Amino acid sequence: MPAILRAAAPGSLLSYGLGRSYGDSCLNAGRELIDCRRLNRFLGFDESTGTLRCESGVSLSEIVDVFLPKGWFLPVTPGTGFVTVGGAIANDVHGKNHHCAGTFGTHISEIALHRSNDGLVTCNSEYNTDMLHATIGGLGLTGVIAWADIRLKRVAGPWIDAESIPFHSLSAFLDLSRESNDRFEYTVAWLDCFAGTNLRGIFFRGNHAADKSKKFHPKRGPKLPIPLPGWVLNRYSVKAFNAAYYKLHACKKGPAVVPYDSFFYPLDSVRQWNLIYGRQGFLQYQCVIPETNIEAFEELLDRIARSGMGSFLGVVKQFGSVPPAGMLSFPRPGLTMAFDFAMRGERTLKLMQSLDDIVLHSGGALYPAKDARMSPALFEASFPHWRSFVPYIDPKMSSSFWRRVTEAEA
Amino acid sequence: MAGIKTTAVKMKKIIFLGATSGIAMEVQRQLAHQGCELLLVARSSERLADLRADLSLRGAPVILTYSADLSSVQQHAGIFEFVRRKFADFDTVLLAYGSMHDQKESEVSVDVLLEELQANFVSASAILMLFAADLERRRIGCLAAITSVAGDRGRRSNYVYGSAKGALSLFLQGLRSRLHPAGVRVITIKPGPVQTSMTDHMPNAAHFADPERVARDIVRALVRRAPDVLYTPKVWRYVMTGVRQIPETVFKRLSF
Repeated sequence: MPAILRAAAPGSLLSYGLGRSYGDSCLNAGRELIDCRRLNRFLGFDESTGTLRCESGVSLSEIVDVFLPKGWFLPVTPGTGFVTVGGAIANDVHGKNHHCAGTFGTHISEIALHRSNDGLVTCNSEYNTDMLHATIGGLGLTGVIAWADIRLKRVAGPWIDAESIPFHSLSAFLDLSRESNDRFEYTVAWLDCFAGTNLRGIFFRGNHAADKSKKFHPKRGPKLPIPLPGWVLNRYSVKAFNAAYYKLHACKKGPAVVPYDSFFYPLDSVRQWNLIYGRQGFLQYQCVIPETNIEAFEELLDRIARSGMGSFLGVVKQFGSVPPAGMLSFPRPGLTMAFDFAMRGERTLKLMQSLDDIVLHSGGALYPAKDARMSPALFEASFPHWRSFVPYIDPKMSSSFWRRVTEAEA
Repeated sequence: MAGIKTTAVKMKKIIFLGATSGIAMEVQRQLAHQGCELLLVARSSERLADLRADLSLRGAPVILTYSADLSSVQQHAGIFEFVRRKFADFDTVLLAYGSMHDQKESEVSVDVLLEELQANFVSASAILMLFAADLERRRIGCLAAITSVAGDRGRRSNYVYGSAKGALSLFLQGLRSRLHPAGVRVITIKPGPVQTSMTDHMPNAAHFADPERVARDIVRALVRRAPDVLYTPKVWRYVMTGVRQIPETVFKRLSF
C-alpha cells in the first residue's frame, strides 16, 4: 500500500470497497480506484470491552456472521450489511438507532490510516485526534484506512422484538417517534409517497431480544438476474405495491419477534435488488430538515406525491442529538427522509432540483453517500465548514463527488 | 449464545496445501466459521501468523501452521512427518497452490518452464501421492485439488500452465479410480479465472469470478456429496464442453 500511494500522481486515487454508495462519492472518473476488499482480515477481539480490530475491507455482514453467534452486534448498522468497515467510516453511516447511539463513527476508538506523505498513521482520542475526526465521514479522502477498532455491543440474541404501527399524519409520526425513542433502540418509518396530504405510513420500532423457543437459520435469498424492463415500475404498479405494503403491515400491526436480518436488512434478501429499476437505474434523495421547519418537510412530501414519480422505498427517521463523530458527518438533529426515484432523465432531475430548493431554504442538508447530482451551492449549505476539512485531505486522493461539489475552488 | 445454528459438518480436520492462495483463504474462512480444525501449509510464516489470528476469530478451534516450500519435493517428508505427529486423524486435504507465470517467459526460458511444471504438476502429484496412501490405509476422507479450466484444452496464450494443470487433472482421475474401493473421495476442482493475486496483473481481472463465490462452491463440494469434477462458477462446465468440441483444425487458428 505505501508503494501504491507513493507512486501515484496527486489527486489520482480513491479507496473502493463494496461500491454501495448511491452516487459518485465512491467513484473516481478517469482516475484510479484501490480495491480494498482484500483487506479483509480480523486482527483481534477484546472480549472484555467488545472491541474488534479488523481491516477496512471487512464487510459489516461478515462481522455479524462471526460475532452475533458469540453475542455481539454492530453498535450501528445501516440498512444493508454489504458495506465495508472502511466505507461505513468514510460515510459515517447511521441506522435506526441514531437517536440513542449516534453514527457508526461514534463507536470507532482507533484507526490506522495509510497516508501518502507520512506512512501508516494511528489516530485515536490521544494521538492525531483531528485526523480521526476528519477521516470519519471524510469520504475516503484522508487516506486509505488500514484497520479500525470498533466497539461492538452485547445483545441478547439474533431476534428483534419488533412492532409496526400504522399512522396517518406527520404529527402522528412525530408523536410516535418521540414516545418510542425513549423506550426503543430502533425506530424508523416507511412512508407511502403517493399519499400526499392524506399521508400514511408504518412506524417500525424494536429492541434486541432473546427467544429461546426459536431456532435461527441464516438463509440466502434469491437474486435478480437481469435488469427489469423500465416499464415494470410505473406509477400504477408502485401505487398498487404501496397500497398492498401498507395493508399488509396495518393488518400485522402489533408486536412480533422477528429475525435481525429481516428487521435491519430487508433488501439484502434479494441480491441485486437495484436491477428492479432497469438499465436506467435510480437516484436516491436523502435529506435532513430541522424539526423547527416541519412545513418544509410537508412541502417536500407534497411535491413528491404530486410528481407521481416516487417509488416504494420511502423512509423517515427522527435523528437524535448525539454530537457528530466526524467533521463532515451528515446526521444532525431533525427529520431525515430517503426516497428512491427511478431515473427518467430530465424529468427526474428537475423534480430533485425543486426538492433541493426546499432543502436549501429550510436550513437542511443532503447526504453525500446518496447523492449523484447536488450543486456546489447545496453542498456548501449542507456542510458550511467543509473548507476546514480540506487540509486533512491526502494530496494523492480525490473522488468524482469531491471534484463535482468543490469545482468552483479546485 | 443460544439460537444460531451453523451447518453440521461431517469432516472436521482439513489440511491446506498452499494456504495463502486467494481461493484457499476464502475456503478456510468459511470452514473456520463452521468450526473445522485446520492445518495450514504455506511458504511465508509471517502470512501464516496473520491467517491464524483471523481464522481463530472466525471460529476455528484448532489452527496449526507449517511453513514450507511445497514446490520443493525434498520438503514433503518434513510436512508429512509434522502431519503424522500433530494432525494424524485429518480427513480432508485441499491442494490449492499453483504458479502462473507469463506464458511468454516460459517460451524463452527453460528454467521458468520447468519451474511452472514443477510447481503445478510434479510437486503437486508427489505430495498427493503421500496423502493418498495415508487416507487409503485408513479408508476415509477426501482429497481435493484445484486445477483449472485452462487444463481442458491447450491454448496459445496459456499452454504451459494449462498443460501442467491438465496433467494434474488426469493424475486425479486415475487416483480417484484407485481410491474409490477404499471409499476415499477425490475431487478435481476446475475454477474459471478468479480475482486473486495470481490474476491481478491480467488486463480484464475485474470481470473474473469472486473468490468468495468460488470458495462457497468448493466448501459445498467438500462438505456434501459432490460431483467428481467441480467446475466453478458452474457456467464453465458448459463453456468448456463447448470449447472441447471445436475441431483442432479450427482451434489452432484461434488466438485466445
